[in-house]
Amino acid sequence: MSDNLPEVPEQPIARTGMFGTSGTGDTSGYGGLVVRRPAPVSSPRPYGSYFDEIVDGLDHEGVERVVVDRGELTLHVAREHLVEVMQKLRDDPALRFELSLGVSGVHYPHETGSELRAVYHLCSITHNRRVRVECATPDTDRHIPSTVSVYPTHNWHERETYDFFGIVFDGHPGLTRIEMPDDWEGHPQRKDYPLGGIPVEYRGAEIPAPDQRRSYA
Amino acid sequence: MTQEATEGKVYDVAGQDWDKLTEAVAESSEERLVINMGPQHPSTHGVLRLVLTLDGETVTEARTVIGYLHTGIEKNLEYRTWTQGVTFVTRMDYLSPIFNEATYCLGVERLLGIEDRIPDRAQAIRVLTMELTRISSHLMAICTYGMELGATTPFLYGLREREMVLDIMEYITGLRMNMAYIRPGGVSVDLPAGAVDKIGELLKVMPERIKDMRKILDANPVYTRRTKDIAYLDLTGCMALGITGPVLKAAGLPWDLRKSQPYCGYETYDFEIATQTSCDVYGRYQVRVSEMEESLKLIEQALDRLTGPLKNQPVMIEDKKIGWPAQLALGPDGLGNSPAHIAHIMSSSMEALIHHFKLVTEGFRVPAGQAYVPVESPRGELGAHVVSDGGTRPFRVHFRDPSFTNLQAVPAMCEGGYIADVISAVASLDPVMGGVDR
Repeated sequence: MSDNLPEVPEQPIARTGMFGTSGTGDTSGYGGLVVRRPAPVSSPRPYGSYFDEIVDGLDHEGVERVVVDRGELTLHVAREHLVEVMQKLRDDPALRFELSLGVSGVHYPHETGSELRAVYHLCSITHNRRVRVECATPDTDRHIPSTVSVYPTHNWHERETYDFFGIVFDGHPGLTRIEMPDDWEGHPQRKDYPLGGIPVEYRGAEIPAPDQRRSYA
Repeated sequence: MTQEATEGKVYDVAGQDWDKLTEAVAESSEERLVINMGPQHPSTHGVLRLVLTLDGETVTEARTVIGYLHTGIEKNLEYRTWTQGVTFVTRMDYLSPIFNEATYCLGVERLLGIEDRIPDRAQAIRVLTMELTRISSHLMAICTYGMELGATTPFLYGLREREMVLDIMEYITGLRMNMAYIRPGGVSVDLPAGAVDKIGELLKVMPERIKDMRKILDANPVYTRRTKDIAYLDLTGCMALGITGPVLKAAGLPWDLRKSQPYCGYETYDFEIATQTSCDVYGRYQVRVSEMEESLKLIEQALDRLTGPLKNQPVMIEDKKIGWPAQLALGPDGLGNSPAHIAHIMSSSMEALIHHFKLVTEGFRVPAGQAYVPVESPRGELGAHVVSDGGTRPFRVHFRDPSFTNLQAVPAMCEGGYIADVISAVASLDPVMGGVDR
């Protein structure tokens, strides 16, 4: 057994097959992968590096979990405190994360109650530090407060995350789709959205999905 | 409410009788004009659409519309192995493909926990190819700049020089662009014989060529009047809008990830960060030219290492569970598995064949977790947020592309200025729509 192979956790198998797709979802010919999920963990103190200073300096009730993994600090923040935490991260002289690198979304369909995540990467030029802020929302209530008021650069990034995951950023100045057409149905980066298999409309003419086209056999 | 009640009388220009339209417009007192610039416009760097509200020649409102080149690369990645992902990400920002590969591979390597075990030779080759690409990318930025402002000579010069870089990339990787050269664990293939000489030639010729470019543009009265004090964006604006790269450096902040948060061994190289304090289009141009000159220094240092202490060292991680099983070699039908490797797996070792097959079709497993390792691309901070669930495919990869973020600065730079300056403003951001839309 090589050191490179990850440990197989003892939890039951979460699901089988490709990521929620069926039929033509697998484009590579290799299917049937079994994916086991790791348990959500919180790192023990001390976190090492400059991470303790950040967590102590922030000291906010909104921080639910602190994860230090592979030399990167992740703060899991409750959505009702997100704007306050971001504001403090930006303005506190000891923290001073003045540069945000935007929002990235992730969809964990098996983590009931916190399926959708908005992930913010912040950078402090003053202290030359980085931190990742993660904010979860259940799939049944896809709302996260907008942080455009703190970081104006989030304007397009939140639109992108809304477009791809369907997370509604409350308070955003104009939350519309940005990459997909305005009348597109569904949010393509979600795990329940298939790769391909979508009929395409072009100037009123409908081109059927690949699996519904005429067979040339 | 009707549109007429909210916005006043609206005249659409959509192929109707022109005389009737001009008559109708002449009667109205309104002079507000809304025009669509793009998505098919030679000066918008690809399929970028600008919706400009004009009052005479002054832009009162500039809105940017993107999404015309969205290809779903991030979604596709989730259906391929980690190694195949390189082939996808390299197609995002197509003017600086090596940087996309680098940030993606650095992220995967951090997830695998093999950052310390990447061979030094592979890191030096990464630096070499990244800096070569930085030169070709900046050349493209500057030469299209010139062309969009009406000067064709810089364009011809720029493309000629860029071709030299692309020829070298083709010689090393087999492809001019979208080369999928950097792989998790190292690079796909070592420098071929003769590559060092070719790069040496470039190092001899390029400084003179950059000087020529400077001679044409630096003090050119037409060029300076179109670029100086145009599209002003200061440090506060850059920070708020998340702008990085030459635009930030032209606002006076020497923030460069190669210095501040080094990767691939940049901390061991000797180079300077180019900055300007003018916050305008001309300053960004100056930063780009200086960066090219610094890149030449870096290439020279990397080349010295590759021919000196790092000669004949491996370019892929020794770990057989991650490193590609075959070293590529040039055969009669192009680049492929080396004949020695084929002989080994086909006629002497069954286990090697199984190993090759499993690693190539199924790929390696990456421990669950997430990583973000940004690099300094020619346009600013480029980072891949890489998430794994423990499987052989990415669970999610999101690219923080600097072009995407920097385009948000268009209204701040253009509103209140002339419509002609919109062209220089957009050109100075150097957006690549492949990276913006992904």
